[in-house]
Amino acid sequence: MSYLRMLAAGFAAAGLALAGPADAQTPKRGGTLTYAISAETPHYDCHASDTFATLHFASPFYSTLMQFDLAKYPGVKGDLAESWTVAPDLMSYTFKLRSNVSFHDGTPLTSADVKATYDRLRSPPTGIVSTRQATFGDIDTIETPDATTITFKMKAPNPAMMEHFASPWNCVYSAARLASDPNFPRNNIMGSGPFRFGEHVKGSHVTGLRNERYFEPGKPYLDGFRGVFMSQPAAMLNALQGGQVMAEFRGISPAERDRLVQGMGDRVRIEESGWTLNLLVVFNVEKKPFDDVRVRQALNMAIDRRAGAQGLARQATLRDVGGLVRPGSPFAIKDADLAKVPGYGTNIAAARAEARRLLQQAGVPNLKFVLHNRATPQPYTPAGIYLVDQWRQIGVEVEHRQSETSPYLAAMSSGNFDVAVDFSNLFMDEPSLGLAKYVSFDRAPENRSRSIDRELDRLYDLQSRERDTAKRYDIIRQFEARMFEQVYQAPLLWWHRIIPTHKTVMGWEMSPSHNLGQNLAGVWLNQ
Amino acid sequence: MAAVSQPTVTYNIRKRRPALVEFCIAQPLGAISGVAILVMLFAGMFAELVAPYDPLTINFGAMLAAPSAEHPMGTDAFGRDIFSRVIYGARTALTIGFFSSLFGCTLGAVIGVSSAYFGGRIDMAVQRFIDVMLAFPIIVLALVVVAMLGRNLVGGVDVNLIVAIAIPIVPKVARVVRSAALSIREMPYIDAARAAGFSHTRIIFRHMVPNVSAPFLIMFTAFIAQAILLEASLSFLGLGVTEPTPAWGLMLSGNASDFYREAPWMILFPGLAISVAVFAFNLFGDSLRDWLDPKFKV
Repeated sequence: MSYLRMLAAGFAAAGLALAGPADAQTPKRGGTLTYAISAETPHYDCHASDTFATLHFASPFYSTLMQFDLAKYPGVKGDLAESWTVAPDLMSYTFKLRSNVSFHDGTPLTSADVKATYDRLRSPPTGIVSTRQATFGDIDTIETPDATTITFKMKAPNPAMMEHFASPWNCVYSAARLASDPNFPRNNIMGSGPFRFGEHVKGSHVTGLRNERYFEPGKPYLDGFRGVFMSQPAAMLNALQGGQVMAEFRGISPAERDRLVQGMGDRVRIEESGWTLNLLVVFNVEKKPFDDVRVRQALNMAIDRRAGAQGLARQATLRDVGGLVRPGSPFAIKDADLAKVPGYGTNIAAARAEARRLLQQAGVPNLKFVLHNRATPQPYTPAGIYLVDQWRQIGVEVEHRQSETSPYLAAMSSGNFDVAVDFSNLFMDEPSLGLAKYVSFDRAPENRSRSIDRELDRLYDLQSRERDTAKRYDIIRQFEARMFEQVYQAPLLWWHRIIPTHKTVMGWEMSPSHNLGQNLAGVWLNQ
Repeated sequence: MAAVSQPTVTYNIRKRRPALVEFCIAQPLGAISGVAILVMLFAGMFAELVAPYDPLTINFGAMLAAPSAEHPMGTDAFGRDIFSRVIYGARTALTIGFFSSLFGCTLGAVIGVSSAYFGGRIDMAVQRFIDVMLAFPIIVLALVVVAMLGRNLVGGVDVNLIVAIAIPIVPKVARVVRSAALSIREMPYIDAARAAGFSHTRIIFRHMVPNVSAPFLIMFTAFIAQAILLEASLSFLGLGVTEPTPAWGLMLSGNASDFYREAPWMILFPGLAISVAVFAFNLFGDSLRDWLDPKFKV
């Protein structure tokens, strides 16, 4: 064999050797991803929503200024932003936008659109709801010196601002559309994301088609997607096993995971993580007798969270006992300190005796009320069942009423409930994000208890500006102690995320939040 | 003249047995199903005395326990005693079943009798409307109604659920009762009532409705079974009774579908309860029909 032939054979062998694994990781174009969405969004407006149902529906249609880099979570990277500079004193942020971005209707996306979006988020017009109002309250002015440059000037420094800019809820809307109708995004989709809107058949599905003008070269890989609304876990599991859907990106329970693994063997990929999501018990302080702090305290301390965590962890997506900040994250309360809080510790008998005494003192020893809950089986139903049982043990009679996502959220927003199971749906462990839900209702519409507490507001602002970690930790503890004392809202349990995907689904990245990584730009099918 | 002795005629008239005994002898299966219904009724009414545990109390220490002397039907994923939940579930099933059937059958009977009595265009319009109603499968119609009405709890019972289950019963009863009422309409006593100047309402409610009581009673019994099944189906689909209320259909859904492999008793006993209840009411209804309808006695 000549030297050249040997060399050619050598290259060929090396090429073959490399081709195998490299080919398996090289994204393939084409195909339609079908996935289950366990609740249907009540509307399309990302700014007004805090349910995953909106993001799992709408994220593929929209771009955001920044996004989380899930490979380096909680690091961030640009989405519409190509580059950025942050002032050393954190008082201004300047972003250079990509120049090749257009909306799905063909109009170019400029800094004016980003400005209109953030103006709507921080200061929505009358009649428009932005559940991120408190988060972006620190922005003073927004300047757009040219079509691809935008500068945010701050009233006060906010160390978490870059993460807030990467929030998946900040869907960038068309300024022209907002000018003609500020409520346009509620019922219409017009974004610049990797997929164009196909159709939404209520009660059935949503579809998206590849956006050929998407600004990231080569993406998206899929021809399209189809999100199928499946509120019943049994139906969703059957669809996963039968191949009618290829994934469920919110999360399933440990029992459901076991059933899938048993039924699908190595055809299913299971990924697990902690979850930046917790369930809360919310007391409507505008309704009697929940305006009485003793009643709220009694109901809070009657819940045995330690026993609940053990029992529910096997059948629900609930797992960890924690305070207002996710357990295990840097600003979380230490477990030994948490155990001293009635209802979060181990001496439940003493806590319940105190709870009965408080109810007696408040004049409602035979309290009856309706627990408003979401008709999404995981984990709302098990949580509701558990709460009813816990309160019965101090002589409180509870009617458990579950509603579909849309009426559930409508009742929560309008204050049409006594006590409710609520959720704190976060996308990172940054306390300014997580604690925003507990500041006064006139600053944060997502505070369903409708409480007004200026001390909490003060502590929230103080911690959000504090750059010294130790001092910030102490302020957050004061905030938490105040909340544990006033109990407008009380954390129940934190969630544990389990995601099943068919092994043919590639390029989707797991994270501790089901709000992230859902624009599907990098997802492809290995078929 | 010798007196003529009168022949003595002896009539051997058998003493009539009580109706209940007659029914038990003539319809032994009906009698057995009647006993089963009475047992369920008793269990439902006196659940607090019969059930060994509170059906709502969670005990994670006994989670998914197999049937034993302590828990004759095992426990569910919350450690709740399934035997107690089945007993309390009888209360839910019978309450909803009884009132749905009563409401549906009564309304259906009134519509059926009125339609037959008035006849003509009214009968035509009512019957075409009933045709439309009958075109919907019973579960689909109930689903639509329950989704439209939502929930309305009165004294722990979902009144809207009762209405949702009753509505699909109405056209079925109306159609059967109308056919019975058509022959009654032609009876002389109805003509006499008309001639006497009685109002339509009086003729319908005093003279016609009582005469269709036999088919009414039979359908009422049979539709209790249908209503129990429908309630279980709606609860299974998440549109009926809500957790933690003990209800047989609800016990088959939820996390029972996750754990039925390792704890089959979670679905076995509620399923059995539904089957026995439906079978008993159906059998009792059939026996009642055989007993009351003269055609079946020939």
